[in-house]
Amino acid sequence: MRTADVVVIGGGIHGCSTALHLALRGLKPILVEKDYAGRHASGVNAGGVRQLARHVAEIPLSISSMAIWEHIEDLVGDDCGFDSHGTVLVAESEEELAGFRARVDELRLRGFTYEELIDRAELKRLVPAVSDHCPGGVVSRRDGAADPFRTTQAFRRRAIEKGAEVIEGVRVTSLSRAGTVWRVETSDGPIEAPKVVNAAGAWADRIAAQLGEPVPLEVIAPMLMVSSRVPPFIQPVVILRGRKLSFKQLANGTVVIGGGHLATPFRDENRTVLDWSKLTTSARTVWELFPVMREATIVRGWAGIEARMPDDIPVIGPSSTSEGIYHQFGFSAHGFQLGPGTGAMMAELIATGASNVPIDGLGIARFSRG
Amino acid sequence: MIAAADLSPAYDLIVIGGGPAGLAAASLAARAGLSTVLFDENPGVGGQIYRGITSTPVKNGTVLGEDYWAGAALASEAKASGASIVNGATVWTLDPSLAVGISIAGKARLVQAGRVIIATGALERPFPIPGWTLPGVMTAGAAQTTLKAQGLVPSGRTVLAGCGPLLWLLAAQLLRAGVKIEAMLETSSRRNWLRALPHLPDFLLSPYWRKGLGLMREVKAAVPVIPVQKLAATGAGKLKEVVYVSGGSERRLLADLLLLHHGVVPNVNLAMAAGAAHRWNERQLCFVPELDDDFGSSVPGIAIAGDGAGIAGGTAAAERGRIAAIAAVRALKPEASVPAPQVVRQKLAREEMGRAFLDVIYRPSDSFRRPEGDTIVCRCEEVTAQQVRATADMGCEGPNQMKAFLRSGMGPCQGRLCGLTVTELIAEQRRVSPAEVGYYRLRPPVKPITLAELASLPIGEAERKAVER
Amino acid sequence: MFKRLHDTPTVTIKVNGQTVRARSGDTVAAALLAAGIDHCRTTPVTGAPRAPYCLMGVCFDCLVTIDGIGNRQGCLVPVREGMEVATQVGKREAGR
Repeated sequence: MRTADVVVIGGGIHGCSTALHLALRGLKPILVEKDYAGRHASGVNAGGVRQLARHVAEIPLSISSMAIWEHIEDLVGDDCGFDSHGTVLVAESEEELAGFRARVDELRLRGFTYEELIDRAELKRLVPAVSDHCPGGVVSRRDGAADPFRTTQAFRRRAIEKGAEVIEGVRVTSLSRAGTVWRVETSDGPIEAPKVVNAAGAWADRIAAQLGEPVPLEVIAPMLMVSSRVPPFIQPVVILRGRKLSFKQLANGTVVIGGGHLATPFRDENRTVLDWSKLTTSARTVWELFPVMREATIVRGWAGIEARMPDDIPVIGPSSTSEGIYHQFGFSAHGFQLGPGTGAMMAELIATGASNVPIDGLGIARFSRG
Repeated sequence: MIAAADLSPAYDLIVIGGGPAGLAAASLAARAGLSTVLFDENPGVGGQIYRGITSTPVKNGTVLGEDYWAGAALASEAKASGASIVNGATVWTLDPSLAVGISIAGKARLVQAGRVIIATGALERPFPIPGWTLPGVMTAGAAQTTLKAQGLVPSGRTVLAGCGPLLWLLAAQLLRAGVKIEAMLETSSRRNWLRALPHLPDFLLSPYWRKGLGLMREVKAAVPVIPVQKLAATGAGKLKEVVYVSGGSERRLLADLLLLHHGVVPNVNLAMAAGAAHRWNERQLCFVPELDDDFGSSVPGIAIAGDGAGIAGGTAAAERGRIAAIAAVRALKPEASVPAPQVVRQKLAREEMGRAFLDVIYRPSDSFRRPEGDTIVCRCEEVTAQQVRATADMGCEGPNQMKAFLRSGMGPCQGRLCGLTVTELIAEQRRVSPAEVGYYRLRPPVKPITLAELASLPIGEAERKAVER
Repeated sequence: MFKRLHDTPTVTIKVNGQTVRARSGDTVAAALLAAGIDHCRTTPVTGAPRAPYCLMGVCFDCLVTIDGIGNRQGCLVPVREGMEVATQVGKREAGR
């Protein structure tokens, strides 16, 4: 019988980060991953590392994560391809810009100053290639982007170096109470541990359901496209609000186009089917926003399977029904940046029973209330 | 010339690829009354084996040989069958709902099929030797293409290297066209003969036997054929010398053109991206689709005919196309009359006879499939064998992780020229079979399209109506 | 590297501004080979020269700019009278 202090279910950025931080606290975690670490959304997302435009409930976690991102190499021994050229939320009309101004003002009242309204001239300075119809936007200058697969692998590797055990190609089949510990049945035999973290992403609702706390998790697969290499023309990540777009050029010259248009996911087959009508909409948005991209070639499209909650914010914190179980899933297409900080917070919570980083409003009980 | 806007929104059958399998399938289905369209990305039909069959300037029949001219009947039959044949049409996606993304002259469309037959054939097995990216190094198939389609032949010092029936055929065709060949460097291992013996009886009954011997005799009479164990192309910015090791000693040949070939493998990109299951074939050293007796794939409604179903050659490809088309007709229009499938299957069995012997005798040697050192493996991203091996040793267990670490397979060719090499290198480092390592996970678009083309795709009912008008 | 067996060129195209005679029925890649142009692009990674390798649409080494549109597979595009072809240097310029 394998035993551990904590079983972490799921080898995405969150599971790997939590495993690493648990190991750093001297605990012995076993991470169980049904495919391989970073196989799904954590390995194939757009790589955006942004504080910009986040839900208020996530802001503390996002800020604590950003502090880790800025020294990511110290933590995991790899720079994860992280660079920091800011994220720019582009307004496509004066009306939209007015809405952004209201949001920035509200954040300032709450004491958050990292979002900064910019005018047309500053937008053109930051993003010279942007179409002339855009009157301004919002910038978060410390934001950036990283290589998602490399990052997830770096957390996995460092977790193992620090004493975590990572079991890949093994599926968790059930959870049951065995005296004072949890018995986690897997396709490779049982593991017993007093604590369990449910970081199973698009499959996390099945774990929660076993614990008597079903959640309305939606399986989604946000689509991305990448171009062939083009000469450098843009540094910040650009996002839109009115239309779906995230847009960034990697150091190697390729341009990654995303923004949340969804493929059809088949989570039991690890498969997604792209929706070309929606990718066409993406292509048209880029066509209008970045005329320089019109003749660039698209070489690949893909989608990573992940979980979305109805309120678009994650489920984080102790189970409402089962002592010793912790949830960390449902990041709703914006969980990559949160990985480092949420893992640290979760390890602190498990090890000490409390954390200074507030997670109010993110508990699973919000789905069982009346 | 059919434009994107001329296409119907839907067809009973969409055939992808205009080689023997595609032409035979489209003809049979159209004659049986299915609305049929054949998309082919080349300027004319024929695929690679019958390349330029309707337009070749090579009028002297003996140069290309009678097997080539047999393609003319297939092409004219397809033309007369009522199938729409669209050349210059690049298929960039096929999904399980049988929607086909097509691009013609810079305009993209999605077209719906009742059934799809993928007949995208084969490509030449990657031949990663030092210097294979130099200008002046090409595939043997490339030289055959320029001969057939354009009447262009090598003019300088020309060296052929590798193994397999196509290399001998090309040598003979070039000789007949008056080309001087400096040498043919033969890379297959003599030990293959022993392993091939059990397949010899079948081979002796097949048409390959007589044809093959004749070609070899013809070539050997005019060209030195040298067995080699190592091979490299060198030069600064373009090919200057071919360096080889034969019988333990290194030799050099000045050369303007080096033509490489060691067999062909299924072109799996479209089928895999559509979700069709594939498995490793150890005898042919490649991934082949899992197919039923009618060449139906694991995706309902999608069949894979021709060499894409596993290498069997052009005449077998046509019979496979017919079998797949009969299944399509029976599914969509059961009352239509079609040829008796048993007769076609018997013909196919005859055509496939002898193939096992060829697979084994011309099995490319390990060292020519699994390079070492700084030999480039991924031509697009210029990733070397050493990088792939070292990354596998670091714990990178599969080709998909390799993509993320090294960008191998992430360039415009989408792994076509490195996929098998990367799989085999990882397998060798991990000491497991290529079957366990698997292949790149392929995603559409399977051919690059410009952002402008994609933006031109009509979406929504109103736009589609405007196009159909 | 290559010579024509018989047909005389009848189509005129421009390659990097220079006039090149081609035969109707040539692909762009074939016309470049027949004209003795020894490479059609340099790679975006190391700048190494590349020439057509497979001529059957799979290797993407014959990528050229045709009538202003970059990254086109020269082996799949037939020549047309007056066509303007440019070899590609490293990363293709985005938009011009």
